[in-house]
Amino acid sequence: MSPSPSRLLEQAREIGAGTGARFADDVDATARFPHEAIEALKKHRFLGAGIPSELGGLGASMGDLAAVCETLGQHCASTAMVYAMHLIQTACIVRHRAASPFFARYLVEVVEKQQLIASVTSEVTVGGELRTSVAGVERRGDRAVVTKNATTISYGAHADALLLTARRTPEAPPNDQVLVLLKKQDYSLEAAGTWDTLGMRGTCSPGFRVVADAPVEQVMDGSFADIASQTMVPFSHILWSSCWLGIATAAIARAHEFVRQQARAKPGIVPPAALRLAEVCNLHQLMRTNVHDVANECEKLMNGEGGAEALSSIPFALKMNNLKISSSQLVLQIVHQALLICGIAAYKNDSSFALGRHLRDALSAALMVGNDRIYATNASMLLVLKND
Amino acid sequence: MKDDIREILHEHARLTQDARTLADGADLYQVGMTSHASVNVMLALESRFDIEFPDRMLRRGTFASVAAMRAAVEELLAASDVRMPQAVSA
Repeated sequence: MSPSPSRLLEQAREIGAGTGARFADDVDATARFPHEAIEALKKHRFLGAGIPSELGGLGASMGDLAAVCETLGQHCASTAMVYAMHLIQTACIVRHRAASPFFARYLVEVVEKQQLIASVTSEVTVGGELRTSVAGVERRGDRAVVTKNATTISYGAHADALLLTARRTPEAPPNDQVLVLLKKQDYSLEAAGTWDTLGMRGTCSPGFRVVADAPVEQVMDGSFADIASQTMVPFSHILWSSCWLGIATAAIARAHEFVRQQARAKPGIVPPAALRLAEVCNLHQLMRTNVHDVANECEKLMNGEGGAEALSSIPFALKMNNLKISSSQLVLQIVHQALLICGIAAYKNDSSFALGRHLRDALSAALMVGNDRIYATNASMLLVLKND
Repeated sequence: MKDDIREILHEHARLTQDARTLADGADLYQVGMTSHASVNVMLALESRFDIEFPDRMLRRGTFASVAAMRAAVEELLAASDVRMPQAVSA
């Protein structure tokens, strides 16, 4: 039976504050995969949260999924980001599987076996340009064969399956792409490089060479262009922003606790840092409101009549892109402000007010699809938008 | 008009095939037109036909083929023809 949204969030809090928080520093220090927290999520059937209940999943709404990512992000941003990326992959399959019996069966399998799916969109020479591929899918009888040099695959070595973009055929133009599901037995991975980064160290996202040979039914029908604009991009920007919101919320909580301690030490005097806290809480509200507002709007469009059309529209794409840009900037500002409030207590790694990990994790936000690339896309779309 | 559209595609769509010999119904996205290139095509069409695509037309489908673009341009030109006499009489 599916848990209610409030039960789902309660479980997410328990997992985040329990297992997530307990191992967050070790995950960060050693740049290792957050096995314990992901296992806990699997145990509570969270990997099927975005899968409809008729296929065995929890059938959670966009708003619920965003809230879960935010909650997990408060305790271990790497865990939250791994989980968010998995949800993005399941959403692409759920929403674009059409009448494919294979993909319906596969989603049941994801729920039953709590399979973790990673994304393979980046590629050597095109980098993070989502809508361009070099590798193409070659059909050999009933097999789909593809080799792709990915610049990064988050938790690639820890996933049970990959969802990979490639040209429809090796001869197709770079933007005529399809999405291919690869189960563990369909591919081999060869690591190319390491993952010793400033932050988000537990996502374990080095480059890989993927060599795959899968049944042809695992190539999703339809065009990746539609999957990207209608599902992958909106889910990414909303769920990533939710993880970042979690980081910001955690930083604010530490700053708030710090100011309360100061106030208790000298009752009658408002500590100077309280003013800064009031200021940063304002930014936090702005960020939270934006994330929730866009998540709600997206959910309405996805469930409403003519949703596909609206999700592919320029105004919606601009709104999604603006959410990503603003939340990636605000999270950094908020964590930095919180650090200034707590001062040396936050700068010290072994303090209960430490914010070093939060700050380093937050720095990744502007780089996950570079903000300049997104601004360039928006600039281009604004050339034809009339706001009529 | 189709020749004008093809000329604009030839200049701005950066297709993998010659726009001037492409079938009317051929899917331009499958011959390499990117979202960025499609914006340039929209701008060139607006300039060439002195029209403005309203936001409701700013969809992938509107610019997916020569035939689709022609239908969109004709719809906008017809609408402006209807408006013009009214403007004169006013």
